[in-house]
Amino acid sequence: MIRTLLSRDLPRSRPLSAMLLVVLLGLMLAPFLVSGARSLNVAATICVFVVLVASYDLLLGYTGIVSFAHTMFYGIGAYGVGLALHGMGPSWWAVFVGTAGALSLSLVLALVIGLFSLRVRAIFYAMITLAVASAFSVVASQMSDFTGGEDGRTFKVPEILQPSFRLFDAEILGRVVDGKLITYYLVFFSALALFLFMLRIVNSPFGRVLQAIRENDFRAEALGYRTVIYRTLANCLGALIATLAGVLMALWLRYVGPKTMLSFEVMTDILLIVVIGGMGTIYGAVIGSALFILAQNYLQVLMAQASAAMSGIPFLANLFHPDRWLLWLGVLFVLSVYFFPTGIVGRLRIKALLRGRP
Amino acid sequence: MSDPLLQLAGVHTHIGQYHILQGVDLVVPQGGITVLLGRNGAGKTTTLRTIMGLWHASRGTVRFDGGDITQSPTPDIACSGIAYVPESMGIFSDLTVRENLYLAARSVKRAGEMDEARLEWIFGFFGALKKFWNQPAGTLSGGQKQMVAIARAIVEPRKLLLIDEPTKGLAPAIIQGMIAAFRELKRTETILLVEQNFSFVCALGDSVAVMDGGRIVHSGSMAALADDRELQHKLLGLSLDAHQ
Amino acid sequence: MTSISQVASQDSALPKVRVDMLPLLLVPVLALLMLPLVGSFPTWVTLTVAGLAMGMMVFMMASGLTLIFGLMDVLNFGHGAFVSVGAFTATLVLLPMKSWVEAESVWMNLSVVGLAILLAMLVTGLLGWAFERIIIRPVYGLHLKQILITMGGMIVAEQLIHVIWGAEQIPLQLPATFRGAFIFGDAALEKYRLIAVGVGLTVFISMFLVLNRTKVGLLIRAGVENGEMVEALGYRIRRLFVGVFVAGSALAGLGGVMWGLYKETLTAAIGGEITVLVFIVIIVGGLGSVGGCFIGAMLVALVANYAGFLAPKVALVSDILVMVTVLLWRPQGLYPVAKR
Ligand SMILES: Nc1ncnc2c1ncn2[C@@H]1O[C@H](COP(=O)(O)OP(=O)(O)OP(=O)(O)O)[C@@H](O)[C@H]1O
Ligand SMILES: [Mg+2]
Repeated sequence: MIRTLLSRDLPRSRPLSAMLLVVLLGLMLAPFLVSGARSLNVAATICVFVVLVASYDLLLGYTGIVSFAHTMFYGIGAYGVGLALHGMGPSWWAVFVGTAGALSLSLVLALVIGLFSLRVRAIFYAMITLAVASAFSVVASQMSDFTGGEDGRTFKVPEILQPSFRLFDAEILGRVVDGKLITYYLVFFSALALFLFMLRIVNSPFGRVLQAIRENDFRAEALGYRTVIYRTLANCLGALIATLAGVLMALWLRYVGPKTMLSFEVMTDILLIVVIGGMGTIYGAVIGSALFILAQNYLQVLMAQASAAMSGIPFLANLFHPDRWLLWLGVLFVLSVYFFPTGIVGRLRIKALLRGRP
Repeated sequence: MSDPLLQLAGVHTHIGQYHILQGVDLVVPQGGITVLLGRNGAGKTTTLRTIMGLWHASRGTVRFDGGDITQSPTPDIACSGIAYVPESMGIFSDLTVRENLYLAARSVKRAGEMDEARLEWIFGFFGALKKFWNQPAGTLSGGQKQMVAIARAIVEPRKLLLIDEPTKGLAPAIIQGMIAAFRELKRTETILLVEQNFSFVCALGDSVAVMDGGRIVHSGSMAALADDRELQHKLLGLSLDAHQ
Repeated sequence: MTSISQVASQDSALPKVRVDMLPLLLVPVLALLMLPLVGSFPTWVTLTVAGLAMGMMVFMMASGLTLIFGLMDVLNFGHGAFVSVGAFTATLVLLPMKSWVEAESVWMNLSVVGLAILLAMLVTGLLGWAFERIIIRPVYGLHLKQILITMGGMIVAEQLIHVIWGAEQIPLQLPATFRGAFIFGDAALEKYRLIAVGVGLTVFISMFLVLNRTKVGLLIRAGVENGEMVEALGYRIRRLFVGVFVAGSALAGLGGVMWGLYKETLTAAIGGEITVLVFIVIIVGGLGSVGGCFIGAMLVALVANYAGFLAPKVALVSDILVMVTVLLWRPQGLYPVAKR
């Protein structure tokens, strides 16, 4: 049963299985384990990022495409529902229209960019997507009548998802079943489903072809696979799933804005997570997102303390300033590209292989 | 003068995961033209590239002029006195003919200081170069490009020239000219010449080696091979008559 | 020797020299077409000079990148870091020597800016050297890793700027005599823009001379086309490449100083923001082509300026529009570089 769910692509390492289980249980039970809006927010963000990063891994890790437009698709999803709910009022119909509209726009954009530039080399594609994504984000923040500009838009979600909604009067396990909880589980189960779907994709014949293309362009072409078509398909698939991740995030935050949805920082985060977690493993997205988001929210507290302790020494204090945590992640990122390009998951699997047991 | 100028012993070369050269033993004596024959894909180009250090041998040794160059980087090999005319000619098409030759003349610091007498000697058999001296080399015809490529190799004295299929795609009339040029060249130079065109080399070569499947399957004197139709047929799969 | 002359007599017709003039015409034709659209001649002059100035600054930043790519097939996604570092290094001179900056003397202004530029180029050049050794060298030929690692290098560099210079914006004052504009009739030409055009032209001409008249320059051009053959002729292409990398980084540093003075405020993201524009320019020009990069920079910047005046909304995406249009016309950019 589990085998089928995971598409026969098991974690293949005991510590990895254990970590995945911890993350899964932690996210599943988060509303009951932790209290406070912030912690639940962390959990929901992890769920969304697992999907977002895994969909990026589909491109980077499995197909060898470097795209810098992934946040654009994420943003399209978020803005799609956000603006629909803002304009049409809080109904499921608006959610549907927004999602459908966003998916279509993403699909068209992914197709156009793909057909336009995937024929040429990886580097070209990376540059073009970077340019397109940055233009998109400029346009989105300039069209303030429509998108709310830099401030973004807050909006109301359908009633059942609103924090003030109560499903029962009684509490369950010491927690009121309110709209926030329902939204959390909507996010969690959608994320889980999308994750399993991606696992299925990469282990399907289609996924194998993608990997063949990544390993050797010419050979794959010689075997008769039209690499451009496969790449474009992978590109569209990744874009669509990223769009859905954006939809989930918007529903959770009840807000869309360029800083959280479209900025280049989100793109850097995705890159850091996918590389540190482990490219081409899908599971890397889970481990990477969990560690990254937790670190982003809690490591900074530690760094603030370290920085305060060193406040006498100007340079060092700056070095450990909580805002500088990206510096350390950047260093970790560069080191991992060199020394363990398969990331945490790859490491654990190699260890397991060397020990000669699963 | 007992040592050969160039000697490959048991050379294996891998390109990626492919095992291309499978133990090449080849000797190029000092002076004259040594011809390397073989059907398409036999490994001739790979042999030259291995000598030049553009691929590195995974086993075996390449000795040149008393030194081991097996693992030397390409620029060092070039500086030790080997010039290379690749199959694709390697012309710098943006640069003029003059600039192409200027870059090949390593010891010359300014374009104007190239050895006039030597240039005239080159123009003696490749007159077109003089005419197109200041033209971008990319605008030349295939035959003229081949002349530029060979001229680059001889613009300064070198100990050994590696020339890969200089007659590829050339009209018969031009090939006649090339033969004459090589006759002239071989008086002073040592050349390892890769060819498919047997009629072209049988008139030129002094010694010959034949490759197949990444190995040398025959070596000896050109005269002997030219006389032995049966051997030709066996080694090259064609007879001279059929070829002409 | 009759047969010898036979070789010579073949193909006696002079081949036609195909100099591709069309892209060269783009910039003047565009400027002339815009004249009636803009309507007023003085406004047109101002816009054109503004566009050229911006184009020159972008060219300084982009030229190194395109050569680095052409020569070694390395695309440095962290190139923008050199722009930022250059601009921030300049503050080490410009802030302490404030009195020289504020003095109403052309010579004092010039020398303080000159000093800032020199220091910035030195620092970015050295940084480029280190960057090539530490970051790039291990990933030659591995495009995917190159993109990732140079991106990582960019993040680290940007953060280090925060560590060294603090997270606040730094105001950068334009020297006293560089401020203001020359008035010709009704057209106002900002002095600093003219200076930028002058510096940019100087860089372009020097680069042109080096690439066409010196052995090193010819080797670089030859290496862009066929690096293997350059090695087979006995030159170490790695050394050439390190040289180009250092020079390209120093030019990015120069561009950073000029750009920083133009914007008059510095943030660590200055390089990252300009990277997109730089990429568009080198794609438009044809990856690896310096001449194409120059025309591309002018084209993109001029279109941005005209569009900003004629249709401000379009200006937001004008760069992309230029890129798409050019690529539809020539999929490899204005001057595709012949590759082995
Ligand atoms: N870059 C490469 N990658 C993989 N295989 C290669 C490569 N270059 C050559 N080969 C293979 O090596 C073998 C020998 O090639 P090589 O070019 O040396 O042959 P050749 O004798 O020069 O042939 P030709 O007469 O057609 O030029 C061929 O089977 C070829 O397919
Ligand atoms: Mg060959």
